[in-house]
Amino acid sequence: MNPERPDPDELLAKIEQEQAKAKRGRLKIFFGFAAGVGKTYAMLLAARERRAENIDVIVGLIETHGRKETAELLTGLDVLPRKSIEYRGTTLSEFDLDATLKRKPSIVLVDEMAHTNAPGSRHPKRWQDIDELLEAGIGVYTTLNVQHLESLNDDIGQIAGIRVWETVPDTVFEAADEVELVDLPPDELLVRLKEGKVYLPQQAEDAIRHFFRKGNLIALRELALRQTASQVDSQMLDYREGHAIREIWPVSERILVCVGPSELGERLVRAGKRFAVGLRGEWIVAYIETPELQRLPAEKRDGILRVLRLAEQLGAETVTLSANQMSEAIIDFCNDRNITKIVMGKPSRRGWKRWLLGSVVDTLISEAHNINLYLLGSPQPGTVRHESELTRYRRGSEPGLKEILSKRKKGYFWGYVWSIGVTIICLLLTSLMFGHFELANLVMVFLLGVVFIATRYGRGPSIVASVLGVAMVDYFFVDPQYSFSVSHTQYLVTLIAMMTVAMLISNLMANVKSQAKVASHRERRATVLYAMSKELTMSQSEDEIMRTAVRHIHSEFGSQNVILLPDQTGRVVHPQDRGLPQSLYGSDLSVAQWVMDHNEMAGHGTNTLAGADALYLPLSSHEKVLGVLALVPVNLRRVFLPEQQKLLDTFIRQIAQAITRVRLAEQARITQLQMETEQLRNSLLSSISHDLRTPLATIVGSSSALAENDGSLTQEDQIELSSAIYGEAQRMSNLVNNILDMARLDAGAVELNKQWHPLEEIIGTVLTGLQKRLEGREVTVNIPPGIPMLYADSVLIEQVLINLLENALRYTPEGSPLQISVEITPFAVEVFVADRGPGIPKGMETKLFEKFYRVRQEAAQSGVGLGLAICRAIVEVHGGTIQAQNRASGGAIFSFMIPVEKQPPPMEQEG
Amino acid sequence: MANQKPVVVVIEDDPPIRRFLRTGLSTHDFVVFEADNGRQGIVEAGVRKPDLVILDLGLPDMDGVEVVKLIREWSAMPIIILSARSSEQSKIEALDAGADDYLTKPFGLGELLARTRVALRRWLRVPEQDPSGIFTTGNLQVDLLNRWVQIDGKEVHLTPIQYRLLSVLVQNAGKVLTHRQILKDVWGPSHAESSHYLRIYMSQLRQKLEEDPTQPKYLLTESGVGYRLRV
Repeated sequence: MNPERPDPDELLAKIEQEQAKAKRGRLKIFFGFAAGVGKTYAMLLAARERRAENIDVIVGLIETHGRKETAELLTGLDVLPRKSIEYRGTTLSEFDLDATLKRKPSIVLVDEMAHTNAPGSRHPKRWQDIDELLEAGIGVYTTLNVQHLESLNDDIGQIAGIRVWETVPDTVFEAADEVELVDLPPDELLVRLKEGKVYLPQQAEDAIRHFFRKGNLIALRELALRQTASQVDSQMLDYREGHAIREIWPVSERILVCVGPSELGERLVRAGKRFAVGLRGEWIVAYIETPELQRLPAEKRDGILRVLRLAEQLGAETVTLSANQMSEAIIDFCNDRNITKIVMGKPSRRGWKRWLLGSVVDTLISEAHNINLYLLGSPQPGTVRHESELTRYRRGSEPGLKEILSKRKKGYFWGYVWSIGVTIICLLLTSLMFGHFELANLVMVFLLGVVFIATRYGRGPSIVASVLGVAMVDYFFVDPQYSFSVSHTQYLVTLIAMMTVAMLISNLMANVKSQAKVASHRERRATVLYAMSKELTMSQSEDEIMRTAVRHIHSEFGSQNVILLPDQTGRVVHPQDRGLPQSLYGSDLSVAQWVMDHNEMAGHGTNTLAGADALYLPLSSHEKVLGVLALVPVNLRRVFLPEQQKLLDTFIRQIAQAITRVRLAEQARITQLQMETEQLRNSLLSSISHDLRTPLATIVGSSSALAENDGSLTQEDQIELSSAIYGEAQRMSNLVNNILDMARLDAGAVELNKQWHPLEEIIGTVLTGLQKRLEGREVTVNIPPGIPMLYADSVLIEQVLINLLENALRYTPEGSPLQISVEITPFAVEVFVADRGPGIPKGMETKLFEKFYRVRQEAAQSGVGLGLAICRAIVEVHGGTIQAQNRASGGAIFSFMIPVEKQPPPMEQEG
Repeated sequence: MANQKPVVVVIEDDPPIRRFLRTGLSTHDFVVFEADNGRQGIVEAGVRKPDLVILDLGLPDMDGVEVVKLIREWSAMPIIILSARSSEQSKIEALDAGADDYLTKPFGLGELLARTRVALRRWLRVPEQDPSGIFTTGNLQVDLLNRWVQIDGKEVHLTPIQYRLLSVLVQNAGKVLTHRQILKDVWGPSHAESSHYLRIYMSQLRQKLEEDPTQPKYLLTESGVGYRLRV
């Protein structure tokens, strides 16, 4: 192996990345360490240069902060008007994203990347607007200060003592095509500040003055320089990869960040991020849910959820592992994924507790040999905390969740009642036993009670039962009786042992219980998934799939939901199908359209169009968005919990696949149909061209001979020629009639003129009509007496008989007998036409009735091959069937069955 | 009249068919006048005092059925209509309006001449028909005055309705009668739509009069249109 040769997979990824980039607009960030270093100024200068190069540059939004030099630079540039948004009585002016998308310039200038948009805007953050612009192929120039970078937020908060709320994810910064550092020595900045050249909002002036201390500025400048350097470094690495320079090749690192419910979570994630970037490694953020952690209050669990979402935003992979032992789960996961480094918080247990109960860190140190451990200290008390979106969510009225919480509380309450009840029963039992049994046996009864409570109601009630039990034993049975004091040391030992055992039991049982709960959750998920996928596999149509999907999503996520698909023009529309009770009505099509176009989720609980009532998820398969799933989550946790989110993802993938499968099948069917139609048209053309040309040749030839007769034709010649013309014209007339009949039947243009007809009249009419042609044939008709009248279109049924008889005349030797017979069953009348001809070739019994099928192709005797097809079409419009068989005694027998639908109307009897 | 050549007015817009009718008819001793639209046709029928009108239903200026109705306002002369195969309904309408017979395109000269002769015979004979005359065709004899029916000289007993049906056919012998016309004459106007009555009685009549009811010689079915008594 040539070590110089780049990995083909990497090359491919590189090419794909470049292709995606080529379509995407270029992002240039003017990066500075503080306000007033001249970012906007530098950006405008660059814009003017582009302008001079005749590139279409417009100013989307610029904050001049009243600086004259900056405002001067705006002259000569196109400035887009701002959009005004009404919000609680005040008018806010914002960057007009849609106008820019419509205008589609080459480059747009948008100041202050970290800005938070006014409520009601499409995206909550400006960097998301910028992302959409880039997605649309528009180049963007923007400005950013170092303290607004998500991963540096903590550090800067510690350095400067001030935290900013407006942050930009590092991924966005890293994805920038160019980062231009706008630098200014701190001394000069301070001079500018004193001269009043730096705009400061009045209300925050003091705080910001505090921020503008020289020490702070130096530290911030260093961070900005370092950040830019690492960005340059990564560009350098990209370049190396792109140009097969591989001398220095870092070992790929995998970093696992373990987060728990502690306050440390966000810091761990940010640290992990920086670590991963520094090492150019992959990073995974894991939450290990032990039974202990499952008992956490909802707020804490939401906190974890928020941390995991932050990690995802920063570009990490997140996992939730559930296990009994945290250390065991971590080691297993590390082995599975070849983790090289673990980042986690310092152990919280200290002193003797740590010595006695151990800590995860200690276990990891002793068991994970190849893994480096990095421990992060606890945060300083008093740091400002972010308010999680979910907490905020809960504060608003959120009926679903409250209901669940109160239900759970109710369950707890009954658990405690039961624990007291059971302990009292134990007391009654033991009071009967007292005096006859040893104290140890009495203790056993109470322990039994604890076991019972622990299995049914979990830890809390069982602890209550334990304490109560110990107290009762002490009070009622231990000397001195009816007092809590203890006379003998041995009783003290008994009581302590009883307490310990009871507590251990509570713990164990509670763990077992929650394990069982986890297992049952997991099993239920698998079952739900299996049930849906099974039903989806059986679904034959899109409507059926959508109904199945709606039902299953509702039962799993408790959400009213609907699947929206685009129409032919690509606009998302409401489904045609009548909905189910679980269906969501009145979804917002404009949000759905956005999701469809961007292949990203939006709506309630997301960062995009969060004002919508429902959550909209793209229904995509193989990168192609098929439609949108809209759902109204009963509570956000039920959808955004990582495990649930994964389940929903799987649901969506399955649904998308099912839809794709049905569509492909439909497409295949249409193609098949088109092919058949094509084939039919071809055989029609060849048949018609042959069958019409042959008689035409005779007619044209013979008539020209008659027309150009110079007297040389004898009388007999003339008669012969004209009867040839007559015969051929007749044949053509029949052909044309057949073709027209078939076309009418095919087009469904035949309106049945159904009336009551005696079958013998129909047969009689046919035989009279064919009288001449039937000469020399023995035709026997066998109609049993009492045949009911037939409710049918007589002209068409006659046509069937005529065609069958003509067929018989055409394909059987002259003079051979024909036989028509009728049979009745309670529900149908069957008519048989039998001959003594050569019969039907094997295997052709059904093919005979196909259009343009002829037993012998191109034979002079045959017609166009439509006669029997017409018969079949006529019989079928009457709801009957037609078939052909060979007779055992030689010849063929054709039969058709017409169902007897109803009784003929009553007749007035003649007196 | 016997010495005079019968006069025919042909109302047809298609020149080749007109030419074929003219050639065919004039070589068989008819005097032929032509019209290529309905209006002119009505004028010709009034002016030429024809013995027969041959009328195409698909005319450029007016509906053929209208032409039949207009002619019937002042004359009972036989009208034979020509129709395309698919226009069953207008054929029945024209017959109900009073046309005597129909020919479906394409047709041969022999068929045309046969229909023409039957119609002419009926038309020319009506005034001189003996009111007490006995109708005879093949081995079937019907005496409308004395109300008897004979096959090969043997009397056949008919129910009153069967007899009424037969007498309607005999009075219009050779002419196509639509279901509606027969129903109206036999059962009265209120039964004009009960065509299954007619079919049942017709089949009873065939059982009594025809040698082989499935291959009738006299009581012919005009498929989808009505019945005709062959003469």
